[in-house]
Amino acid sequence: MARIRTTVDGLVYEDDVEPRMLLVQYLRERLGKTGTVIGCDTSNCGACTVHLDGMSVKSCSVLAVQANGAEVLTIEGLERDGQLHPVQQAFHDNHALQCGYCTPGMIMQSIDLLGDNPDPTEHEVREGIEGNLCRCTGYQNIVRAVQDAATKMKPGAAPTAEAGAKQTVAGGGA
Amino acid sequence: MTTTENPADAPVKEIGRDRRRKEDRRLITGRTQWTDNKALTGLLHIAIVRSPFAHATIKGIDTSAAKQLPGIVGVYTAADIGADQVQLPCAWPVTKDMRSPQRPALAGTRVNFAGEGVAVVVARSAAIAKDAAELVEVDYDELEPVLDMEEALKDGATLVHPELGTNSNAQWVFDSGEAGSGGNATEAISKAESDDDQIVVRRRFRQQRLVPVFMEPRSTVVDPTGEQLVMWSSTQVPHILKTMLALTLGLPEHKLRVIAPDVGGGFGGKIAVAPEEVVTLLVSQKLGKPVKWTETRSESLLTAHHGRDQIQDLTMSVTKDGTITGLDVKLLADMGAYLGLVGPGVPILGAFMFNAIYKIPSYRFDCTNVFTTKTLTDAYRGAGRPEATFGIERLMDEVALELGMEPMEFRKKNWIKHDEFPFTTVSTLTYDTGNYEAATDQAMQMFDYDGLRKEQAERRKRGDVKQLGIGISTFTEMCGLAPSRVLGSLDYGAGGWETAAIRMLPTGKVEVVVGVSPHGQGHETAFSQIVADQLGVGFDDVEILHGDTQSSYRGLDTYGSRSLAVGGIAVVKAAEKVIEKAKPIAAHMLEASEGDLEFAAGKFSVKGTDKGVGIQDIALAVFAAHDYPEGIEPDIDAHATFDPENFSFPHGTHLSAVEVDTETGFVSMYKYVCVDDVGNVINPLIVEGQVHGGLAQGIAQALYEEAAYDDQGTLLSGTLVDYTLPSAADLISFDTANTTTASTTNPLGVKGVGEAGTIASTPAVVNSVLDAIRHLGVKDIDMPTTPYRVWSAIQNASGTSGRADEANVASPGAGLGSTARDMPEGGNL
Repeated sequence: MARIRTTVDGLVYEDDVEPRMLLVQYLRERLGKTGTVIGCDTSNCGACTVHLDGMSVKSCSVLAVQANGAEVLTIEGLERDGQLHPVQQAFHDNHALQCGYCTPGMIMQSIDLLGDNPDPTEHEVREGIEGNLCRCTGYQNIVRAVQDAATKMKPGAAPTAEAGAKQTVAGGGA
Repeated sequence: MTTTENPADAPVKEIGRDRRRKEDRRLITGRTQWTDNKALTGLLHIAIVRSPFAHATIKGIDTSAAKQLPGIVGVYTAADIGADQVQLPCAWPVTKDMRSPQRPALAGTRVNFAGEGVAVVVARSAAIAKDAAELVEVDYDELEPVLDMEEALKDGATLVHPELGTNSNAQWVFDSGEAGSGGNATEAISKAESDDDQIVVRRRFRQQRLVPVFMEPRSTVVDPTGEQLVMWSSTQVPHILKTMLALTLGLPEHKLRVIAPDVGGGFGGKIAVAPEEVVTLLVSQKLGKPVKWTETRSESLLTAHHGRDQIQDLTMSVTKDGTITGLDVKLLADMGAYLGLVGPGVPILGAFMFNAIYKIPSYRFDCTNVFTTKTLTDAYRGAGRPEATFGIERLMDEVALELGMEPMEFRKKNWIKHDEFPFTTVSTLTYDTGNYEAATDQAMQMFDYDGLRKEQAERRKRGDVKQLGIGISTFTEMCGLAPSRVLGSLDYGAGGWETAAIRMLPTGKVEVVVGVSPHGQGHETAFSQIVADQLGVGFDDVEILHGDTQSSYRGLDTYGSRSLAVGGIAVVKAAEKVIEKAKPIAAHMLEASEGDLEFAAGKFSVKGTDKGVGIQDIALAVFAAHDYPEGIEPDIDAHATFDPENFSFPHGTHLSAVEVDTETGFVSMYKYVCVDDVGNVINPLIVEGQVHGGLAQGIAQALYEEAAYDDQGTLLSGTLVDYTLPSAADLISFDTANTTTASTTNPLGVKGVGEAGTIASTPAVVNSVLDAIRHLGVKDIDMPTTPYRVWSAIQNASGTSGRADEANVASPGAGLGSTARDMPEGGNL
């Protein structure tokens, strides 16, 4: 067993974990963060994508012990004061989900993408979410949603949600 | 603030609005209820020990090492829990003499496909269970695998199930001459052979094996600790599952409760009574503890049912001026090792769809279902109809080529004209409405068909490395499964009705209980829109309850594009009953006679007066029940069951343009246009989403996906590395639109949209791939048209086909693009 200390969605946790335990198992089985899901066992589907110290990672490809001392953000930590993150809102507005299983990972990856490229072309969005599989939507509305969120998150449009806990976000409230 | 003069007279119609979905909020915030999320006190976890061999006898199982592992609760063979005695159900005996092997929950003495379960490990955690499963020693004696359908049917072939005496499951034949719905196709084709004014075209097409790949792996939790045994399962069919578990295991049905919580996609792949569901139940009963099973993706690809997998031998006779005179369809359909819940019926659904939108005077369909030592096949999005649509739409292109006709002109010459509806087809279905001309005209215009043909000619002329190809698919499908009497005539084991109930709550809110069971389709939103219009209540005042047999005790679940066309109509019927029950109470409250009342926008009004009472007020009045008429019950709740009188028949025109890199064989989507007529649209946003997703799956069959086996019967595509789902980067944005002819067989005029995109797109894309490189001498390429296959086809184009691949799919001479006259005799007909 290894002792780890992590911050997940703003709360600090200390736990003994098996060295082989994956971060996604830790989130789901130990912390009850079941919003993050498992879709494959070869790191192809991206359903388990979370942010580790601000970078998107497939949490099935990270050991829990690697998150020691790190800050983890999951889909459950995006909403602030009842306001959805602009990317969450855009997924709703653009009907970018059907069954919703890939959605947590897809949203976390899209936020990461927009961090790197705040104004992506359709092609850049498609390349940027290539590691996240969706079987329901054909991706078209996901691409729309990411571009819509990019517009709403542009400087001047509204502050971004991840910058702090207290600010307002564009298009909040479902 | 200004107000409109009488807003109640002009309510916003909910039907037709692009409402954002009610379902989204919890899904985009992670507040989900997937089955694997379920945590119960004392929950145990199981892992299944699976056979690495396709066909083998089990000589012994040593569980001793596994049992030593700390945290292990038990390790059981099939016999230990009676799993070998179970007969998992097949609800569709397609013929009276259908041969049906026993399908156990775990194999006892012989395994019949790689991945079949042979033992189960129970542990405190899923990780310990998996560790222990690796320690179970199974002693196998390998048998010959059975992999090739044609070989399997030959005398002396190794038998998957020796006790059946054959690898043939059933042969199902439809002949329009015998049915009286047309002529004799064999005669028509033989006459055409000796008629100088006709040609006969024969082709063999291969429908490769696919995997549905719902994103949420299957999971089941069983809690036996209450009075009712509760099963949560990632299923499309909680009601069927409950009844079938009762029948299969001899459990009292009233002691069972099945819950389908959030279900992450199905596409037909979760229409099942899975062996693992039964094993989880048996283990939980044996131990008296709650038990969970969740599959890995590899387990899912290996053992959850597959789809498609047919060899299609098609023969069409046609006059030289392009009028079809006969169609003969001969299919071999791979059932895999066992029969799934509706598996044997899947290819048979194609019998009604090969004639498609065309007027075909003589038609014969002959399908033989074959057992092999592979994972079983069953419903996958479209189920029988994509296979048929692919066959006929590929054949239409091939025949047009032989005739030297433009492929769309050949289709136009033979399709049912808009003024010929209702039209009874040669396969005996009556298409109520449709307008193929309108959908096609709009699609051709959106696509810029002539412009793209011009670009294609230019690229050809200059010998561009990237050649452009254009492909057509004009399709129809049968949706809204299904009229119960029709299902009865096809020997299906259940009906096709659907049920809904409406509960009018005292505060005016409305609960609607439905028997269909969503897993991504947006039922909560669309049904709320229907109820809002029917009862004149607010969209947000309606809650749709589903997927729990305790609240929704009656239903036949979701598949076959039936949720709206059957389930939605049950909702309408229940709403009508609510209004009917409320009427005498309204009359009593208004001191008027029932005949003087009219109901609109949620309110009963006395004609010619301003007196009225709202339905939500009536709900409160019957709750109080202080004052209501004699002789009736103080209750306006209602329950309705709708049994459709006919299928519905969405149709559409799909046009695909692809670029084929002639140096690498790489195919890229260039443009995709589809115009679908799905009848009246409840929510255009949801319809568009269904079409997008359907297209992606149909395109994936054409370009990317295949469940491939090696010559030992081992699945080669057992992970998402090898089973290549398209990513966002593989696809383009599609141009979609709708034309509308309302269905006349249901009060909403709806047809269904869940499967349209998948059914239509595969042949359009393959036709476009071939169209790009046919001038290089390529005649056919098997699906998926991977770069390797396309490249090989181009390399081998001087006289051979594009079948230079490893897949064992075709007999010599097949698929060579030959007409009957230059093709070796025999084999195909």
